[in-house]
Amino acid sequence: MPSQYPIDPSRTDLAREFMANPMGPHSAALQRIVTRMRDTEAAGRYVLVTLVPYKEWGLARLSGQRGVDVTLEEDQVFTSIEDGERAVFKLRWELITGAPLSLD
Amino acid sequence: MLEKKIAGYSDEISVAPGERIRFMVSCEPGIDRYQADIVRLISGDRQPGGPGYRDELLPTSVSGEYPGRTQETYIGSYAIVPHGPAFDGLDNLSLQATIFPTLPSLRRACVISKMDVDAGRGFALWTDPAGGLVLQLGDGDGGLQEFALGRPFVGREWYLVSATYDAASGEVHLRQQLLGSYALDTSSGEAEHTSEKAAVVASDAPLLIAAASREEARGRPIGEMIFNGRIERPVVASRVLTHSEVEALRRDDLPVALRVDICAAWDFARAFETDEIIDISPNRAHGQLVNLPIRAVRGSTWTGDELSFRHAPDQYAAIHFLDDSLYDCEWDADFELEVPADTPSGLYAARIRAGDQEDHITFVVRPPRELSERNDQSELSEHNDRGESATASLALLIPTASYMAYGNSRGGIETGNELLSNSLHVVSPDERYLNRHPEYGNSMYDVHNDGTGVCYSSRLRPLINIRPTHPWLWQLSADMHLVEWLEAQHIPFDVITDEDMHQDGVSLLERYSCVMTCSHPEYYSTPMWDAVHAFTQRGGRLMYMGGNGFYWRVAYRDDKPGAMEMRRTEDGSRSWASEPGEYYMAFTGEYGGLWWRAGRTPQSLVGNGFIAQGFDHSSYFRRAPGSDDPRAAFIFEGVDDEIIGDFGLIGGGAAGLELDWASRAYGTPPHALVVATSEQHTDAYIRVNEDIGHMLPAIGGQDDPRVHADVVFFETPRGGAVFSTGSIGWSSALFHNDHDNNISRITRNVLDRFLDTSAFT
Repeated sequence: MPSQYPIDPSRTDLAREFMANPMGPHSAALQRIVTRMRDTEAAGRYVLVTLVPYKEWGLARLSGQRGVDVTLEEDQVFTSIEDGERAVFKLRWELITGAPLSLD
Repeated sequence: MLEKKIAGYSDEISVAPGERIRFMVSCEPGIDRYQADIVRLISGDRQPGGPGYRDELLPTSVSGEYPGRTQETYIGSYAIVPHGPAFDGLDNLSLQATIFPTLPSLRRACVISKMDVDAGRGFALWTDPAGGLVLQLGDGDGGLQEFALGRPFVGREWYLVSATYDAASGEVHLRQQLLGSYALDTSSGEAEHTSEKAAVVASDAPLLIAAASREEARGRPIGEMIFNGRIERPVVASRVLTHSEVEALRRDDLPVALRVDICAAWDFARAFETDEIIDISPNRAHGQLVNLPIRAVRGSTWTGDELSFRHAPDQYAAIHFLDDSLYDCEWDADFELEVPADTPSGLYAARIRAGDQEDHITFVVRPPRELSERNDQSELSEHNDRGESATASLALLIPTASYMAYGNSRGGIETGNELLSNSLHVVSPDERYLNRHPEYGNSMYDVHNDGTGVCYSSRLRPLINIRPTHPWLWQLSADMHLVEWLEAQHIPFDVITDEDMHQDGVSLLERYSCVMTCSHPEYYSTPMWDAVHAFTQRGGRLMYMGGNGFYWRVAYRDDKPGAMEMRRTEDGSRSWASEPGEYYMAFTGEYGGLWWRAGRTPQSLVGNGFIAQGFDHSSYFRRAPGSDDPRAAFIFEGVDDEIIGDFGLIGGGAAGLELDWASRAYGTPPHALVVATSEQHTDAYIRVNEDIGHMLPAIGGQDDPRVHADVVFFETPRGGAVFSTGSIGWSSALFHNDHDNNISRITRNVLDRFLDTSAFT
């Protein structure tokens, strides 16, 4: 059962902290929402797929079923794991809070 | 995008010079040829900043190009009983069994079959998602008649099922009876049918339990439509049995009055530790199990009064069949190596290459088996303190049991493991390849298709993640850091495996002044544990270079090479849990689970034992008061640093992944010195559940002082000693700064002293 911890959409300070250092360690407050975001159902969970080892990764979602491949989101290719983390953070922020993450 | 398309395995994991090893390779379509060579592995970690991959070619007759081909694997467990006189002349028929279907709504699944489909002769008893119990009878003319009871089974419940056919009247009777007691049960019932034409139930096809078959391969029928779940006391009889007779046959030895009419009645409560199923009828129509279904599981009559199958075998008269279990891929060999007589002991691989494709089928060349053989190699020999010759004074102990436990771990691509790592999962080409090949079987961290924990593993199949270059730095790929360091230090070392130690015992270890483990020697059989213990108690020197070692108890079976059993009992860091009453291993009858639960803590063996794990950031060690003790002075010679190992190729520190602590309460020797302790672990590091009584907050690294690793040293009787690093991450720090760092220096200091044969006192 996935986490039910709420994310306060006004806490863009935590989002900024994540964007600055996506691999952590995070502050306790940020780690709470990161844990909330990472605790999803297996089916549809975001992952990064190695396209070129140690150089290029694509965004994809797990099938949640043995023997069924990941689904690649072709337009989302990253040249660092950090950029992949940032992209998924934004996607999950919107999914959970219902509003896109705006840091401008 | 890089896609993996080629993989293989070998029939042996450790071979001595002069012995033979065969290699089996399978290629996905498009790989027409590949190059194979035998190489000595030097290093494997290809990540930026890592040592990269290096090997040395061993010139052998293997080197050359080979044709690529796809090899078939037949997965799933069932039993085969050859056709014999017991089944001659059948016309009337009764079939029965007590069954516990675990996936009855998935698809049709076969309980018992003896069918020549092409000729339309024979019989088969099925579970069907809609029809419940289904009987098929041949019509003798290439066709089948089918009779269904019409009530679906409820999953994970016991049923007594029976089907009879009266040749004279054509009457078919089906019965399925739920053995549990519920206020509402719509799944039990009976059905009567009349056959439109005379059935031909006799055939000379083999009888299968838990499967049907249309074709043969590898000299036996291939199981299809495999039944997931438990089957107990299947019976085939040559007349129509009454319901009371069916009931009597379910539980008791064969009533005398029925013996003449029974073709076969298999009692799975016999020969637990074998692949044999025993027919207790006078016909003795015994059979053989294929692909390691689970034995020593609870049957329908289990009361809970006894917890070991050896104490109440009749309550464990079931076998759990699975459509995704596997013992041996049984591929045809592509090439074979006779290990040249002068080959130095080491870690080797058959290196397979085809364009951008690569695989390393890794194996060990162990030292010669006999001391006398070694005497012929005087140019390689040194002498240990017992005056025996050995090819080196140091042995690196490759944890093949742990490799088998983790081999083909599917957790990453099936669940993402994202909370464990506190980061997005990165799916490698190897993982996608493994996911395309469910037929390569599972790791002991996975569950079978029906949710049952995987308690058997085998190395007679490609183990995709047990590769020197695997990007998940774990087991072999992480252990390559240690190999790389030993090579860089120009320290001669032999390589031996868990299986060598299991078979040879302490005598193998006693050839060496010092034995060094790898990073995560987690799974131990009793002979392995006894060998390490005896070695340390008889003056041997042990460097335990990892974390969470000596943790789970496993069993091998002499007649089943390459297979291993484990039960996840009581507690421990478990990805699944054994069912109550199923804590004893079928292979040996030993109590499975944590060694701690058998009274042997890791701390009593190596001073350290598992206390916490986490997989995001690794941390560092700080020197502890024990390091000031003169007994520990040799460890820190040339090391003035207070902080140790704040660097490394896994998580950025030497204290990481799985951590051990010294604990008097858990059996650390009273005189042991804790010479360093890690600190500042993240909250992704959590204390092990077997150390938790009441569930309270503050069990993460930021709160809980128990979440740390200890570096421990202690002397053992007769001049021996043990050094424990307390952390899987230790070896990942050895490479830092071209091996010029405090972790490397400490490791070298300890190794030099441990190879010095003067006694510790």
